Amino acid sequence: MTAAAPTPWLSLRGIHKRFGPTHALRGVDLDLVPGEALALIGENGAGKSTLVKTLTGVHAPDDGEILVEGRPCRFPRACDAQAAGIVAVHQETVMFEELTAAENIFIGRQPMRGVGPFTWIDWPRMNREAQAALDRVGAGFAATTPVRQLSLAQRHLIEIARALSQDARVVILDEPTAALSQQEIREFYGLVRGLKAQGVAVLFITHKFDEVFAVCDRYVVLRDGASVGQGAIAEADEPSLVKLMAGRAIEHVYPPIADQRGEVVMRVAGLSHPTEFADVGFELRRGEILGFYGLIGAGRSEAMLALMGLKPEARGEVEVAGRRLDIRQPADAITAGLAYVPEERQRQGGILGFSVRHNISLAGLAGRGRCETPLSRGHWLSPAREEGFAAGLIERLRIRTADQHTPMSGLSGGNQQKVVIAKWLGLNPRIVILDEPTKGIDVGAKQAVYQLIAEMVEQGLAVILVSSELPEVMHLAHRVVVMKRGRTVAEFARGEADAEMLVAAASGLSLPPRAEAPAPVFHYRTELAA
Amino acid sequence: MKALDTWERVLLALIVAVYVGFGTGIDGFLSPYAVADSTYNVSEKALIALAMALLVVAGEIDLSIAATMALASLAMGFAMKAGAPLPVMLAVAAATGAACGALNGWLVTRWKLPSIVVTIGTLSLYRGLAQVVLGDQAITGYPETLSTWGNGSVGDVIGVPWLIVPIEFAVLLVAALAVGLFLHRTVHGRRLYAIGANPVASRFSGIAVDRYRFGLFVFAGLMAALAAVLLTGRIGSTRPNLAMGWELDAVTIVILGGVAIEGGRGSIVGTVLAAVLLGSFTFALGMLNVSGIVMSMIVGALLIGAMVLPRGVRHLRTRFA
Amino acid sequence: MTKPTTPMRREWLLLGIIVLLALAVGARAPVFLTWRNALDIGNDSAILAILVMGQMLVLLTRGVDLSVASNLALTGMLCALAAKAWPALPLPVLVLMACAIGAGLGFVNGFLIMRFQLPAIVVTLGTMSAYRGAIFVASGGAWVNDHQVHPAIKGLPRDTLLGLPMLIWCAAAVVVLALVLLRWRREGRELYALGGNPSAALYAGIPVSRRLVMAYTLCGALAGLAGLLWVGRYSIAFTELASGYELTVIAACVIGGVSIGGGVGTVSGAVLGVLFIGVINGALPVIQVSPFWQQAIAGAVILVSVVLNARADRHRGRQILERPAAALQGASA
Repeated sequence: MTAAAPTPWLSLRGIHKRFGPTHALRGVDLDLVPGEALALIGENGAGKSTLVKTLTGVHAPDDGEILVEGRPCRFPRACDAQAAGIVAVHQETVMFEELTAAENIFIGRQPMRGVGPFTWIDWPRMNREAQAALDRVGAGFAATTPVRQLSLAQRHLIEIARALSQDARVVILDEPTAALSQQEIREFYGLVRGLKAQGVAVLFITHKFDEVFAVCDRYVVLRDGASVGQGAIAEADEPSLVKLMAGRAIEHVYPPIADQRGEVVMRVAGLSHPTEFADVGFELRRGEILGFYGLIGAGRSEAMLALMGLKPEARGEVEVAGRRLDIRQPADAITAGLAYVPEERQRQGGILGFSVRHNISLAGLAGRGRCETPLSRGHWLSPAREEGFAAGLIERLRIRTADQHTPMSGLSGGNQQKVVIAKWLGLNPRIVILDEPTKGIDVGAKQAVYQLIAEMVEQGLAVILVSSELPEVMHLAHRVVVMKRGRTVAEFARGEADAEMLVAAASGLSLPPRAEAPAPVFHYRTELAA
Repeated sequence: MKALDTWERVLLALIVAVYVGFGTGIDGFLSPYAVADSTYNVSEKALIALAMALLVVAGEIDLSIAATMALASLAMGFAMKAGAPLPVMLAVAAATGAACGALNGWLVTRWKLPSIVVTIGTLSLYRGLAQVVLGDQAITGYPETLSTWGNGSVGDVIGVPWLIVPIEFAVLLVAALAVGLFLHRTVHGRRLYAIGANPVASRFSGIAVDRYRFGLFVFAGLMAALAAVLLTGRIGSTRPNLAMGWELDAVTIVILGGVAIEGGRGSIVGTVLAAVLLGSFTFALGMLNVSGIVMSMIVGALLIGAMVLPRGVRHLRTRFA
Repeated sequence: MTKPTTPMRREWLLLGIIVLLALAVGARAPVFLTWRNALDIGNDSAILAILVMGQMLVLLTRGVDLSVASNLALTGMLCALAAKAWPALPLPVLVLMACAIGAGLGFVNGFLIMRFQLPAIVVTLGTMSAYRGAIFVASGGAWVNDHQVHPAIKGLPRDTLLGLPMLIWCAAAVVVLALVLLRWRREGRELYALGGNPSAALYAGIPVSRRLVMAYTLCGALAGLAGLLWVGRYSIAFTELASGYELTVIAACVIGGVSIGGGVGTVSGAVLGVLFIGVINGALPVIQVSPFWQQAIAGAVILVSVVLNARADRHRGRQILERPAAALQGASA
């Protein structure tokens, strides 16, 4: 017997949103019911974060309706959504570092004392109430602690405490467990259950299916900006959800990766930093994709930055093509044949205000790197040479742009990423380090990037793939190094480990013994068959 | 030479308007001698504006540049009093300018301090040192050659009497050409734009950001020394308040010239045009006996207008789009 | 990660330095440590304190106001001229006038910055010279001399209450009001938020534009008040009055720990910054250093204090590695 359909408190009907040529949301329907957790599932670039921004009033939908308690609503400003009871907790917490936790919880609505125009902030009451809210979410720190001193997990708790103290009716949790340890994640589940018990409607955005099945009641799948499936969790299973997400069998997204690995092209030993990582070491071969997996904040990007000369306090031994290197600044690394495509393409990867052409030529000017044809006449610019150089790379990487003079800001996320990759490939590097290369880009562009990676190794480059996306790492990498808290804790060859083992290594759990032939969990420097 | 940008066309039009407008109102304004005269004040300011433009494009600023001029002039004066020949005097001025710039550069790159605070501090320090050393005295008695450089024309030097282009202006043109080529035609100029637009991405792409920043501050110091030499030659004396307030003029010229204060945009052509515009405008006001203080008031208003205008236009355009 | 120097510790350090300085000078010249001298330093510092409270509000929002000295001079001149033209004007009206004119001048800054999204430094550079020129226009270049300054204006700083001159009482009142605003009013706390994280402030529903304009207007109002007091104290008003003083104001703020980057700064720290400059300026004539050194010292002090701030706040990167003690505990668990 089916229960009567519960009444949603918040509904979206046919939401559309465009950014210039990009159609980010193409008709999204979903319902949020009080006391229920709705899982919002979708690939990177499917439109999840745009949807959240629409719900919280940062963007206004171009089409469609937002219904609160059945009535159409509009949120011209972010604070209107908050006033309506919709609160979001993001991956990157939005905090005032110099203020205390209590102030962050009550910013803009501090309790006041006094009468008429002579009112002042009631600090004792504010601190008391903030402490109560924090205790309710199980935070172990004082409300008077400056946020600057708190960890990411603790800041999340502040945001949730803030939501609770604002009598939120809808709490949106956007990948909240990305940086939490297993223990913290378990506590977090309790938190979500507590929210549900209080009648809050929870929108839970996550990649991790175990979370979906652990705390969520219903799901909605987003693909290419449209909602393509919804239903009860109890009636769904992982393969069907994955199929909805990808729209095709998952294997077709990843190209076949040849295994034509050659001689060792880079050796790293004892790479250490006072606070960020210690004793990182590995070998890399020609034609190999070496995956670097770990939780967010494990220190992988930091180690790669050190290889590129961007961490002056780092120490260690680096050998490329048999020669010991002394890398003190990025130019040294580039000369040695290294390339680094950073995690944040808009802040670190490229210059939004520069044209496509100027972005592509940025690193290779004045004879840097090992470009096939020079980009400039010595120290003099040569527009003709730059044009040729850029044209070649635009074609090779199939970058979609009106022309070379379009500013990078006018391109889609996926094409922006291609521009950054083009800049580095143009230098003919030996080793390319890719840091979360498919973060925030749509499925089509992801496929294109994977294809590029496959081509890179076919041409004899060595690739280091730093990624928190398990499927990516498992399908592309020949070997995987797992980092946890700044150290390498495990190394697997392809096929030696499954998802569970990788996650376990990254979070520091030990798995129960397996009935089948146990694959070695800790496995350093495997000897590779030729 | 690349085609003039919209803003530069506006500047050009304004220059023409000034000459036409004041030319009809003031007798002799359009005579070659007046035009030549009008360039003196501007040439020295434009020299430091050139260096300032490079700094602003790269996302920095140097408010101590005028105070550096005072110190460089001071050093030159002391060298003269100590009996040094002209080349040594010039070398001393250059070294002082470079040292002042190097201090700025070191503080900004080594300690990662914002250049505005640093140069506010060094502005006080350098101006203060000049005050301490000179008090309310002045150094005079500079050699004849210096005066020729400051006041003479190119024709005087090469013996062609009708060539009344002042030496200072000629120096400015050469410097502007060199700096312009540097910024718009060399790899280093492109890198300066990159540093101003996104220093993080620039560093990640292998650009030695700190080295460029340091170099720019030293260059500013050297340009200050050059301007100081010419100015001292022209007025014939060194006082602690030499070039007082010129940092404001330099910033105004740069902003008026279309260089964005946040960095990453702008051109030397615009800067030079803005310098000429400002110079001719203030010269005309001078001929009308407007006092210096009122002139700087107008300059202040102009600075604000120069910034409000493009944003206001953009605002209106989106309103009526 | 080494704990960044907390504001409290920093202020104790600054207080210690001030005391040491005073003692050192006093050892050379005992007259420095008398009540009379302390009063002099207090008087000299009072106007600076008023200006610093205003500038602090602006600095907290990640801005800067370079026009305060010109504002001060213009307002002072206008009030002096008004009092000269209408001698019957009572003092409270003059005070109100000074604050109102100053506020208006400050509002112009705030409006331009907010409405057109212009950088504060360039806008206030412009208004700095615009206001300065306006003094010339208003006064025709003429000075308002001692005998021409209205007795009420001259009297204001000098009248005493409970043994202390009104000047010091004014400064104290302004400091207290600033403290109340920044500690006990939402508007003040929101200034910290604004400067600390401008995009988050918008998202949190803080009326950013209104607060920005408020900061600049208050800064201007205080500059106006300071102008009236300045004219009264020194019995003079002329075009170049307080020229360059804006740098001293910023120096005091920076020394007092108010960050140029916004979001950081306390009233107590700023007051200590004022005291520091006051003690140094008071010490110079006593140890027979020419007043010409003042500017150079102000500059050097800004530089040193900014460098020290940078050292203290240096981010040593995130602490990703487990601390050794924790690691040992984990191993034994």
